[in-house]
Amino acid sequence: MIEVKGLTKSYGDFTAVAGIDLAIEAGEIFALLGPNGAGKTTTVEILAGFRPADSGSVSVLGFDPATKGDAGRSWRNRIGIVLQTASDAGSFKVREIVKHFSAFYANPRDVDQVIEAVGLTEKRNSLVLELSGGQRRRLDVALGIIGNPELLFLDEPTTGFDPEARRAFWSLIRDLKAGGTTILLTTHYLDEAEELADRVAVITAGKIVEVSTPALLGGRSTAKATVSWMGTSGLESEESDNPTAVVAKLAAQFAGDIPELVITRPSLEDIYLKMIGGQHE
Amino acid sequence: MNKVPGTLKLGLLRGQMEIIQFSRQKEAVVFTIFFPVILLAIFGSVFKDTIAPGVTFSQYFVAGMIASGLVNSGFQNIAINIPIERDMGAIKRLRGTPLPITSYFIGKAISVFASMVVQVLILLAIGVAFFGLNMPTEPSKWLTFTWLLILGTASSTALGVAFSSVPKNGRGASAIVSPVVIILQFFSGVFFVFTQLPGWMQQVAAIFPLKWLTQGMRSVFLPDSFAAQEVAASWEGDRTAIILMVWLIVGLFFAVKTFRWENK
Repeated sequence: MIEVKGLTKSYGDFTAVAGIDLAIEAGEIFALLGPNGAGKTTTVEILAGFRPADSGSVSVLGFDPATKGDAGRSWRNRIGIVLQTASDAGSFKVREIVKHFSAFYANPRDVDQVIEAVGLTEKRNSLVLELSGGQRRRLDVALGIIGNPELLFLDEPTTGFDPEARRAFWSLIRDLKAGGTTILLTTHYLDEAEELADRVAVITAGKIVEVSTPALLGGRSTAKATVSWMGTSGLESEESDNPTAVVAKLAAQFAGDIPELVITRPSLEDIYLKMIGGQHE
Repeated sequence: MNKVPGTLKLGLLRGQMEIIQFSRQKEAVVFTIFFPVILLAIFGSVFKDTIAPGVTFSQYFVAGMIASGLVNSGFQNIAINIPIERDMGAIKRLRGTPLPITSYFIGKAISVFASMVVQVLILLAIGVAFFGLNMPTEPSKWLTFTWLLILGTASSTALGVAFSSVPKNGRGASAIVSPVVIILQFFSGVFFVFTQLPGWMQQVAAIFPLKWLTQGMRSVFLPDSFAAQEVAASWEGDRTAIILMVWLIVGLFFAVKTFRWENK
């Protein structure tokens, strides 16, 4: 679906993308996870044909997005794009604008089914400017999927959502995947990547640090556990591959209850923060 | 089934959406349609003289207002609104779809034309009812009127799209575009009798389309006897058509060449 090799892009002195490789397979949800300014949006905008790359090779659905030439319209016909916040189309009604966009495509989805899928059926006759932030974002998704795309780009789709809206959104994305859509998602929410993605690429400062499944990210499944307890001279701890053995040893040593026993494994968040160099939002 | 829809069909759909969008912006509608009427009321009340036998200033002024309407609804409106659309992400969103850019331009032109038809109908109706406006009766004059309206819409739209690349963003657009239009109106004989303007002003105006549109509209709304009082002692219909077409081509060239989907 997507093949990227050695992609770079700079704006003046600022290097947004510093040489990344990606291979995204048909049918998967692939997340680009990283802090703001890591190069996620630039990467997506190059893949979606909005900007040319400085160097490297890019193939999306078999075409270079920058030079697709005559294939342009039929290429776009197979792609759906949900970019970061837009504030357009305020004076149209929800159904009106979704129906209008459906006319651009060769084989669009059913307008009312798409509106239903994004949960805007009750709002279908409301003006877009009357929608809440979350509803507007769901309209963005409706406009992105109305053309029945094989490949969908979602750039930070749930920024600013309340938890309930995010859950509803995630279930919509899973439905799209179940329908065979390949999805490239960018997010700076770790739980979103963990929840949705088949594979995650962690990106920071324009470089990909690791590509993995969420479960294996940063060697989480094999990371050492830390056992800590209150020793005679204060808090003590030991890292181990086998915490059970440590606990058994301590139990013998204390002959019973181990004071203030805690066993921790690094959370995905710990690993992620370490990967991106401790940068916070 | 797998073919994307045609450019013209999508252009018509865009036109429909542009008209819906415009008609829901009530302030813009009222301003666009009634501003020429208000100006007619002011100028018609101030200048009560005739400027030639049987030609009132109101009669002269209506021709100028219709020509100005083409520049306001086309050039000015579009050159201000496209940067705003860019700010809001509307054009970027469209660019991510299979919609051809030509359809987007066609949609703009259709909405300008529709707005002009409404403006002209209201201006003429009020002119006839309250300001003693005489309507031309010869079919040939209405034929001239029709091609002027179509060619004027097309060139004004194309130049508006081309000029929309000049403002950096939506906030600054009006300040850059509006003075251009106001100066052109003064130079082109909209508010004053053209031949009474200084010679250099007339020569500058003759480069731009508005002078030719106003002169063309005078050939529709003024008696043919008035042609003798024009600069060339004639309506210069052929020349008007050629100059408008040249501007249309220039506008299209730059519109396609410089069109941006987001602000710098």
